[in-house]
Amino acid sequence: MTETTEPDETGPEGSSPAPSRRALIGWGGAGLALGAAVAGGAVAVVRPHEAAASADASTGGEVAFHGAHQAGIATAVQDRLHFAAFDVKTTDRAAFIRMLKDWTEAARRMTAGRTVGEGAFGLAEAPPDDTGEALGLKPSRLTLTIGFGPSFFEKFGLADKRPAALVDLPHFPGDNLDKSRTGGDLCVQACADDPQVAVHAIRNLARIGFGKVAVRWSQLGFGKTSSTTPDAQTPRNLFGFKDGTSNIAGTETDRLKKFVWVGEGDGPDWMSGGSYLVARRIRMNIETWDRTSLQEQEDVFGRDKGEGAAVGKAKEHDKPFLKAMKPTAHVRLAHPDANGGITILRRGYSFTDGTDGLGRLDAGLFFLAYQRDPRQGFIPLQRKLAASDALNEYIQHVGSAVFAVPPGVRDKNDWWGRTLLTEEA
Amino acid sequence: MRTVRLATVAAVTAAALTAVTACTAKSDAKGGEAITVIAADSTCETSTKSVPAGQVTLKIENKGSKATEVEIVFPDDRIVSEKENIGPGTKYTLTAEVKAGEYEIACRPGMKGHGVRQKLTVTGGGKTAERDPKLDKAVAEYRAYAQEQADETLPRVETFAKAIKDGDLAGAKKAYALSRLGWERTEPVAESFGDIDPKVDVRADGLEQGQKWTGWHRLEKALWADKKIGATEKKLADQLVTDLKDWQKRVGTADITPTSMANGAKELLDEVATGKVTGEEERYSHTDLVDFKGNVEGAQKAYDLLKPVVQKNDPELAKELDQQFTALNKLLDTYRSGKTSYDFVSYDKVGKEDRKELSDAVNALAEPLSKLAAAVVK
Repeated sequence: MTETTEPDETGPEGSSPAPSRRALIGWGGAGLALGAAVAGGAVAVVRPHEAAASADASTGGEVAFHGAHQAGIATAVQDRLHFAAFDVKTTDRAAFIRMLKDWTEAARRMTAGRTVGEGAFGLAEAPPDDTGEALGLKPSRLTLTIGFGPSFFEKFGLADKRPAALVDLPHFPGDNLDKSRTGGDLCVQACADDPQVAVHAIRNLARIGFGKVAVRWSQLGFGKTSSTTPDAQTPRNLFGFKDGTSNIAGTETDRLKKFVWVGEGDGPDWMSGGSYLVARRIRMNIETWDRTSLQEQEDVFGRDKGEGAAVGKAKEHDKPFLKAMKPTAHVRLAHPDANGGITILRRGYSFTDGTDGLGRLDAGLFFLAYQRDPRQGFIPLQRKLAASDALNEYIQHVGSAVFAVPPGVRDKNDWWGRTLLTEEA
Repeated sequence: MRTVRLATVAAVTAAALTAVTACTAKSDAKGGEAITVIAADSTCETSTKSVPAGQVTLKIENKGSKATEVEIVFPDDRIVSEKENIGPGTKYTLTAEVKAGEYEIACRPGMKGHGVRQKLTVTGGGKTAERDPKLDKAVAEYRAYAQEQADETLPRVETFAKAIKDGDLAGAKKAYALSRLGWERTEPVAESFGDIDPKVDVRADGLEQGQKWTGWHRLEKALWADKKIGATEKKLADQLVTDLKDWQKRVGTADITPTSMANGAKELLDEVATGKVTGEEERYSHTDLVDFKGNVEGAQKAYDLLKPVVQKNDPELAKELDQQFTALNKLLDTYRSGKTSYDFVSYDKVGKEDRKELSDAVNALAEPLSKLAAAVVK
């Protein structure tokens, strides 16, 4: 568990002739200190002149790409999301690995605020390597996190590498899954404080991937609905309620180790230091919710709307008394205390994809949760919620995916998926 | 007849290429003696009607009362080299690299209109800028291909037009898609004549205000959506033949370069990505997959001709392109009734997931294809 950050201002791969976003704007490194501290949870090496910087996201700083764990999980939740699921289109293992290495290099550069490849300029006859829309923007705490879905292990003869914990999610009551928004061989989660930086990252990775992978679906998220920084204000979902008050904080090393990171011995070895991601596109029936009385809204959640305090309590962070809530209240059903301590790290975003053609907002929660084992995390929780949660009247799960998220990229010679795809690993 | 014309045109186009980079520089005109051009308000006197190929120098003097423009032009009015805005009483020396062929020198007093013209014959081999002969060969062969496609299209269009004029709805529908194939294969060349494309291949949504809707898609709508052939349609069928004859006549003069061939190949895939995969192109007939196949064939032809150069400059890219062309063609084969047949599945019968698969295969090919031009000029 050693967390390292990039050694100096020239970045991990030395100086580059390409114009870099970072070069254009100079340092805005506050986010780095934060990212390093929370991502590793152990030893955080930060540059002295940045150590004093606050965790203020507005500085647009950089989150370390290298580490024992991938960034974008315990990292303080950024404001914006572009999440993409890909399908593998090639049967050529070497070509696929080449793409993963190209992706890693591009991710390394983009998270440092640099351009892809030679940048957005170059030969007049050829399209430039980088698409250019992030030129001049700060790194904006961009994190890129990769995962492998169950169907991936049907490719390249990897069946025996599939982790036992990477189960196909069962059908839950009420699920109405759209096939074109479900599953995927691979995923990349791009989170940043600037939406243009997140979209640029996915767009450029998709471009590098053409012929090897194709985007199956993707989702934009515009507002975080969970926080991994407990001191910050708990964000609200589109129902107007605070949710995830007792979410795992990025600094809670023990809880991260217990509930989020795959431990040595959990198996398989290639997943040690990784995690499992469940993604669910949850459509909210916004208009009917908005016509619901305040009392019912508060009963449904089990807390008050204004403060976010549990039923009968004064403050959001007062310990809830679950039995004071209705038996079907969301908090009562989902709280760790009601689930033998089951805890997941939530990292979801609100989404709005315009309207649905019937004049209703096509909006909801793009639920993202990381856990050590979905069989002891999302699955039992969702079984319970799907059966009884009063919220079900106002929501519908319309997309679903699960991914094995490998451990972090260690250094500039490492690449995404190496532990899975090289035999020596 | 055609081959003779092609040979001339190929030479002329190569001259155009070199001329672009060599024009309007003052020069010592080693290639031969300069041509004196005396431009006036209604005359254009040239000191000679014939010069050897290579560097050609015009010593221009404007003796008129208005500013003038002097050009060396191809017979079809494309400009080899020009100097605009030569004031009254001033002189200018214009130099251009010109290959053997027939040209005109045009003086355009007031810088407008057809101007006053003199013939100019450029003879012999002469000195020209060097280009990889493999690329010259590729351009010449692609030009021949473009001509061949136009030549093959005309009888097919005539069959289509005849069916319409006979009021034969079923026959016209049957002949429709095939009549478009040659055009689709060489669309970037066809479109380079800005005036033909809007007459023959425009869709309803592409019309400008006041523009009359003519061409294939107007007839497509009549046949499939309105299901009737009237006097207007019969007239439009004739018009389509006339407009395409114009294309057939002019296609050999298109300005083709190795770069434009490579970019044209990419543009054909762009056509597929934006028009065919979405089903927008043939929204009434749903014959999109025929156009799709035609676009891919045309792109592949350009690539195949450039391949000897690509293999030398970027062997990895050549390998990737071979692979992706094969993959896309294989996928398209699953939608046709026979290996060589142009009887494709109607696109309205192709489901969302299958369209996605086609779209993915197009992206997989188009991305490396976007690197072809750079590999050719490397």
